[in-house]
Amino acid sequence: MPYSPLLIRPMREELLAVGFEELSTAADVDRFLADTNGTALVVVNSVCGCAAGMARPGVRLALREGPRPDRLGTVFAGQDLEATARARAAFGDIPPSSPSMALFKGGELVWFLPRHRIERRDALDVAADLGAAFAEHCAVRA
Amino acid sequence: MRTFREHEHKHDLHGITVVVETDGAELWIGRCDDVVEAGVVLRDADVHREGEAGPPRAQWLERARSFGVWPRHRHVVVPAARVTGVRRLAEI
Repeated sequence: MPYSPLLIRPMREELLAVGFEELSTAADVDRFLADTNGTALVVVNSVCGCAAGMARPGVRLALREGPRPDRLGTVFAGQDLEATARARAAFGDIPPSSPSMALFKGGELVWFLPRHRIERRDALDVAADLGAAFAEHCAVRA
Repeated sequence: MRTFREHEHKHDLHGITVVVETDGAELWIGRCDDVVEAGVVLRDADVHREGEAGPPRAQWLERARSFGVWPRHRHVVVPAARVTGVRRLAEI
């Protein structure tokens, strides 16, 4: 059962405030991923405090400086059900988990961070993982 | 923003993806909901049974460590009498 939109609004805003595009429908996801130029990060957001509570701040930290993806998109697990399913389909043979993060380059999945590698870690650790992925796959900002 | 972290009535591993070792052929991986007298309560879990068709245990574990497991069992209780160890998947 989807969560109350009011309840999760602040959790969405944490990512939207740093430039993420909200992908709330399957069509949104299709359109977002159809653009295969450059790099794109998709974050599967979640209410889960065990992991998402540090995932979002980690993402925000990682985007502050250094290389970053060209495009940022997010779906919300448990809320945007079709959009989340469509995003997960694009992750290929990777089991569903939330929160999780996927980095695409040229339309190909090049890096993935599943939930269990976020659990119990702090935002700095999550940001470090993201930063390493961005450094490997994303262009330095002009 | 930190979210639903207040689960004081649950075990410390609540919400954490764990590997549950047993005294038999089964090795479970799933999100720990609780640890109770009856056993380890897992959600969205998968199991590897030594000797059955499928990848060898080491290969199955390595893939799980990298990407997690498919939620083939939405809810399962691994009986306490069978459990020989519980570890975080991230620590494997």
